[in-house]
Amino acid sequence: MNFRPTIIAFLCNWCAYTGADLAGTSRMKYAPNIRIIRVMCSGRIEPSFVLKAYRKGADGVLICGCHPGDCHYQTGNYRCLRRYKLLVKYLEQMGIEKERTRLEWISASEGKQFAELVNSMTLTILNLGPAKIKYMPEYQPQNQQL
Amino acid sequence: MTTGDKPHPEKMKLAIYWGAACGGCCVSVLDTHEGLLDITAAAEPVFWPIALDTKYRDVEAMPDQYIDLTLFNGAIRNSENKHMAELLRRKSKILVAYGSCAHMGGIPGLANFFSKLEVINRVYDESESTKNPEKVHPDTHFTVREGELDIPEFYNEVYPLNKIVEVDYFIPGCPPQSSRLLEVFNAIVSGVPLPPKGSVIGALDKTNCDDCKRKKSDKKLVKRFYRPWEIEDDHETCFLEQGIICMGPATRGGCGVRCVEGNGPCRGCYGPPPGSSDPGAKMMSAIATMIDSNDPDEIDAIVDDIVDPAGLFYRFSLPLSILGKKLL
Repeated sequence: MNFRPTIIAFLCNWCAYTGADLAGTSRMKYAPNIRIIRVMCSGRIEPSFVLKAYRKGADGVLICGCHPGDCHYQTGNYRCLRRYKLLVKYLEQMGIEKERTRLEWISASEGKQFAELVNSMTLTILNLGPAKIKYMPEYQPQNQQL
Repeated sequence: MTTGDKPHPEKMKLAIYWGAACGGCCVSVLDTHEGLLDITAAAEPVFWPIALDTKYRDVEAMPDQYIDLTLFNGAIRNSENKHMAELLRRKSKILVAYGSCAHMGGIPGLANFFSKLEVINRVYDESESTKNPEKVHPDTHFTVREGELDIPEFYNEVYPLNKIVEVDYFIPGCPPQSSRLLEVFNAIVSGVPLPPKGSVIGALDKTNCDDCKRKKSDKKLVKRFYRPWEIEDDHETCFLEQGIICMGPATRGGCGVRCVEGNGPCRGCYGPPPGSSDPGAKMMSAIATMIDSNDPDEIDAIVDDIVDPAGLFYRFSLPLSILGKKLL
């Protein structure tokens, strides 16, 4: 089997992205399957971002923010947590396994934890196999004003 | 017009057709009451199955672009719907997706939670009222004593009209408000410049909350969500603040907030406001932030109050949403 998963990672600017940066500057090795998208805060991540990631062919979505209580904007990560819980319930109803979408807290000093997280996430997705949405006939919403 | 009559030469030609629909949209045209006389004074209905004895072959016989305005209601469910959508597109100058089903897939679009096979099995084998020991299932082509018969092919998915043909305008609603239809119709007849192609007309650019007269505060935080029958509505406070999920924040205004005025929460039939293509995702985003807890387990318990998020947030818009259908 030659399945190389694509994982979209939304990382908050202040903790998670800095943590990922630390993993890089510390020359830690981790699975090359993630595509990082930096956002200012995990509270910025709308459910539609995750849905679009799957629609465009992601096999998994990783969301990382600051640890509870550490949010640069005070409550953004809690908002992210609430949205995540509801979104995962919706995704399961739509046939996307809940393990594919993962929310974790990574601080700016946790480069090692970030590398381990990416490895474990990649392993999870490898075991699950490609997302079923890839085998659906094209169903792209047209770009008209709605 | 009855078959064979010559339509009035100077009047606008109007066609109204239904795809996968309940018929309510056609009735909403009749609901204009005496306004219908204004419509027929300005326009000659040349094709309208609910009201006139016109046949598909009458439409096929028309020259291209013969019809000035077609109101197409209903989603695309089978090959007959698709054929008629393509035919009416060819014969019409302006094609309007009329009502939630043509606009977003509507209630028939909820079938996108199932595959064609599941739908057929449920209807012909499993439903409680079915007795079908020979397991007879519909066939698109079969031979009877009188000859060969073809029935339309049932698709695996439900599509909104704009996934099949180019649509000029969308009039949302389940059904669209008759007064709004009259406004749009009068605008088209009077010849005022029409909005750009692809616009939603007969609705507002703001959300339903903007029109809603219920009392609202800034603090929308709840410890649990209620289904409408689980709590007594106080008839004046915002539904969301009472913990009842109301689609108002992610729904285009224009209906006159009739559901809320009738003390029922908005269900979202007018579709997403401009700039948002997936009303359910927007609604999930808004609803989730109302959860008054930072504790993961408590959040889980509150989310459990929302029994069927996919069906609730995408009641009218599943085929139009980003995922479009359940992945099987």
